[in-house]
Amino acid sequence: MLEVNGLVKRFGGFTAVNNVSFKVEQGEILGLIGPNGSGKSTIFNMLSGTLAPTSGSILFAGHEIAGLAPHRIINSGIGRTFQIPRPFRRLTIFENVALAGFYGQGRHSRAKAEEAAERSLAMVGLPTDRHASVDGLGAAGLKKLELAKALATAPKLLLADESLGGLDEAEMDQAADMLRNIRDELGITIIWVEHIMGVLMRVVDRVMVLDHGEKISEGLPSAVAGDPRVIEVYLGTDAETTQAAAAEARRRAGG
Amino acid sequence: MIGQGRLAAWGIGLAALVALPFVYRDPYHLHILVLILIWSFAYTSWSMMGRFGLVSLGHGGFMGIGAYVTALLWNHLGLSPWIGIPISMVAAGALALIVGYPCFRFRITGHYFVLVTLALSGIVLQVITATRDYTGGSLGYTPNRTSGNKLLALQFDDKTIWYLIALGVWLFGIVVWHWVDRSMARYALEAISEDEDAAAAAGVDVTAEKLKITLLSALMTALAGAIYCQYQMFITPDTVSGIAVSLQMVFAAIVGGLFVSLGPTVGAIITILLAESLRIGFGTKAVGWDNLVYGVLLVLFIIFLPKGILGSLLDRLKPQRKVPRAHEQEAVQIARPGT
Repeated sequence: MLEVNGLVKRFGGFTAVNNVSFKVEQGEILGLIGPNGSGKSTIFNMLSGTLAPTSGSILFAGHEIAGLAPHRIINSGIGRTFQIPRPFRRLTIFENVALAGFYGQGRHSRAKAEEAAERSLAMVGLPTDRHASVDGLGAAGLKKLELAKALATAPKLLLADESLGGLDEAEMDQAADMLRNIRDELGITIIWVEHIMGVLMRVVDRVMVLDHGEKISEGLPSAVAGDPRVIEVYLGTDAETTQAAAAEARRRAGG
Repeated sequence: MIGQGRLAAWGIGLAALVALPFVYRDPYHLHILVLILIWSFAYTSWSMMGRFGLVSLGHGGFMGIGAYVTALLWNHLGLSPWIGIPISMVAAGALALIVGYPCFRFRITGHYFVLVTLALSGIVLQVITATRDYTGGSLGYTPNRTSGNKLLALQFDDKTIWYLIALGVWLFGIVVWHWVDRSMARYALEAISEDEDAAAAAGVDVTAEKLKITLLSALMTALAGAIYCQYQMFITPDTVSGIAVSLQMVFAAIVGGLFVSLGPTVGAIITILLAESLRIGFGTKAVGWDNLVYGVLLVLFIIFLPKGILGSLLDRLKPQRKVPRAHEQEAVQIARPGT
């Protein structure tokens, strides 16, 4: 459903994303990992229209979307969350999500937007009470709100940007399960960018690894976690986690 | 949402306002009331975008266009204000789009937006002054007195009629304010004022939403200028356009309360009573003093009472508001470079 070809983004002389191509199939969860500054968020920003690519093409459901304005891309069926939650604090939780439901779905009707808001809030487990303030939410609650906003735009493809940063382990597992539920129950295809490999490896169907703006590995979690190039990239920074993830992936693949 | 009680209060208040000129006919006091209503409408128009952090110092320009275009069309082409006012509004709206589009498209926000709009008011003032062969320049301009149909010329000698017209226009402004307040557009504009990228990621066409509210605000402000011109029958560049008028709008809206519908009205009551008492108390010795007092008060209000008089009062009466309004201090801060 998504086909990215030769995607390049340069900021002045710095190449943040260098000739990256990949495909995402309908209904899969693709994990996108890589160290800090490897170009993950830049790719997300190009997919969602926040940044225009320097060159390359992004075909979504057969249409070229590279360089379109963000609201057009959102309305064509791509939803996104931000790495650091960006709630609208002047609005209530409900209004935050209703806004996305209204403008993210072609501004049809307020009633439909409010319905979408109720459904999305229930899906992520936030109260559907109309007067609850954003200020009452903690880190986990804000991440859920991000997700609810993205879901309210009725996406076919969800771009989830490092949804688990700042959560404790129980919350991380919960959030990972939530992404899987979103795919299983709503049939939404997901690209998931994440630092924390262990949790990600449990949920995704396929992984793509970036380093210095280039794709260095792609495949099943078990294969990727054992890839020497991937281990090299993560060694020194996150070696233990990588190896644990690799071990777990191998065990799961075996059993 | 407006509850039953509030609706009743509005109804009684309005009935009293409509009845007022029929029981109380002091022409000077009616004159002051008409001025308060017209300026309240202008300030309300400004606050339509000001409340969303779009602080414009260009509204003097829109008001000047409303007043001068209407008067010029009447004097030179004999075009009735009933046609002239819509034309002047379209002219102001077109200018708003011409200035607004590049600003919004290229993300000129905050202080830079204030500066662009500041230039706009300056330019309109200069154009009016420079084309003095047509506009009378800084000496001012008077629409020709009609010898025919007064309704067609929108010229009335009776203050009661003007009071009712001004009341109608003012009420229209309040209704539009509430209409925007209860629309999805308010959600979008609040979101945009906080974080444009996040608003776009929720599907909002940021440029279009900002343009729409700017257009609405400019159209209403031009109408205020035209009505003011028809009522006073004398306009000068300094009373209906320019930076001083723009600043006065910012001042009144902030002092009264930027985030409540009647805030700009309270601001108009304060500014006009202040200007009048200075004029009567000190006469020609106090020319320009009101601007000095405005400046000092504006600084004090932004620091100590950012929600304005009415906004703070309502907060006091209703300690439990559904949305915490701490952000309002931030929104108002954008106005600071204008002080």
